[in-house]
Amino acid sequence: MIQFDAVHKRFPNGTTAVHDLTLRMPEGGVTVLVGSSGCGKTTTLRMINRMVEPTSGTIRVGGKDVTRQDAAELRRSIGYVIQQAGLFPHRTVLDNIATVPLLLGHGRRRARAKAAELLETVGLTAEAGKRYPHQLSGGQQQRVGVARALAADPPVLLMDEPFGAVDPVVRTQLQDELLRLQKELSKTIVFVTHDVDEAVRLGDQIAIFRTGGHLVQCASPAELLARPADDFVADFLGAERGLKLLSLKTLAGVPQGPAPEGEAWTLVLDAADKPLHWASKDGAEIPVRPLKDGDSLLAALDESIASPTGLVARVDAAGRLTGVTSRDDIHRHAGQAHSEARVAA
Amino acid sequence: MTIDWSWIGDHTDDLTSLTLSHLQAAMTAVFLGVLISLPLAVVAHRIRPLRGFLLGVSNVLFTIPSIAIFVLLLPVSGLTRTTTVIGLTVYTLVVLLRNTVEGLDSVPAKTKEAAKAMGTRPLRTLLTVEFPLALPVIMAGVRIATVMSISLVSVATYIGDGGLGQLFTDGFQRNFPTPVIAGVVLTILLAVVADALLVAVQYVLTPWRRRRA
Repeated sequence: MIQFDAVHKRFPNGTTAVHDLTLRMPEGGVTVLVGSSGCGKTTTLRMINRMVEPTSGTIRVGGKDVTRQDAAELRRSIGYVIQQAGLFPHRTVLDNIATVPLLLGHGRRRARAKAAELLETVGLTAEAGKRYPHQLSGGQQQRVGVARALAADPPVLLMDEPFGAVDPVVRTQLQDELLRLQKELSKTIVFVTHDVDEAVRLGDQIAIFRTGGHLVQCASPAELLARPADDFVADFLGAERGLKLLSLKTLAGVPQGPAPEGEAWTLVLDAADKPLHWASKDGAEIPVRPLKDGDSLLAALDESIASPTGLVARVDAAGRLTGVTSRDDIHRHAGQAHSEARVAA
Repeated sequence: MTIDWSWIGDHTDDLTSLTLSHLQAAMTAVFLGVLISLPLAVVAHRIRPLRGFLLGVSNVLFTIPSIAIFVLLLPVSGLTRTTTVIGLTVYTLVVLLRNTVEGLDSVPAKTKEAAKAMGTRPLRTLLTVEFPLALPVIMAGVRIATVMSISLVSVATYIGDGGLGQLFTDGFQRNFPTPVIAGVVLTILLAVVADALLVAVQYVLTPWRRRRA
């Protein structure tokens, strides 16, 4: 657990980066710090491993005041991932990952063995370990950055816009993998981004900062989207915040009925009961995107608009048709999701 | 201008020992130059106000004519190899100091930041991150300093040293070109070989700069 108590940071040039911040970042959860540039989110992150020293107030990691610890030792106990990875260009990928274990005196052999293991964890081949950072793509470098931060198995992981410099497709992949890793590892993660969608996707709680280093609101993504504290938060979340909330809710529990037969449009299945496309009586075909229970209400709403019948094809884990859900049912659940989020907490 | 090959055949031992002596003077100077400029460069790199002062001093030293520097050193170290080496070392400093400072400046802030954030202490960062990454620029300086020293050793003939430079005075005094030509060729050869060796050393020391993907 990371606890900020009345933390203030004023830089020598007189600007206040963080203003009277009291914030709790729960153990094993992902806290995302968002806000426009210059709002103090990165400064907040960097005060945790003392890359920036607070002007006043206390910051405790696992109950211990960070300023009472040796800075270098503290940093070795906290994983740190930065934008564009910040890898050491003169060290191989393997040696980059082994950095902190080597600093801890684990010995080259053990450190490299651990590094090789982590390569696999973050989805890179053993062959990549022998390369130098400049020989990897941006996405691969970012994976190495994550592996390097995890190498000494720190309980806390600080991530400063780690996926800011990669293209949207790779970014989504990296986010997925971070979520998968987090399920296994349950680290206490502090994640800085200016991308609201990324925050909603990754955060267990989101802290929104305003210029001048003021924390405006800290809440779960659902609560934040349903009940923004003020106009600033509402504006920051954007006009589609209602839809963003739906990205947090799954289709599970939304009723389904049998697929229509003998009507204007029918759902064509293959031999294994997997939906292929919608077909009309006069031979037109429209593609179908079948959804599983784990897919979001937002995806269902999107598909219900694209579907010629307003019906969404539902499938099981193996991709076999289980039934269809109407646009009306999806709308009703979307509305429910909003009212629940507004009432909750 | 003809070369008297028999003179060369009769003097191979002399030529060898002069070449070695020449090389030794130049190498010692570069070695000492590196030894002095590394810590000074770190100071100039870390403490901004001192940078201008240190680089300025090394520039001023560089403008002293080479003969003058040897003469000025005579009361201190006399007609010895030490005088030669001190003089040459002073000249290497301007190149080595400037290049080492520039090399350290060229290390990306992001990389140093990453080292710090991983929990690397400053001295270890300097030795294992900053120096290796500054190496290409430092080595460029070492190459210039080496070639420059090899060509400058000859000037020390005026104080009775000078390695291959002794062949020039010998040739001039007797109006006999062969030793002069031999001296020039050997000096150039030394410079070329030394430079090639340094390129090879740099290649070995910076594996990350090879085989671009």
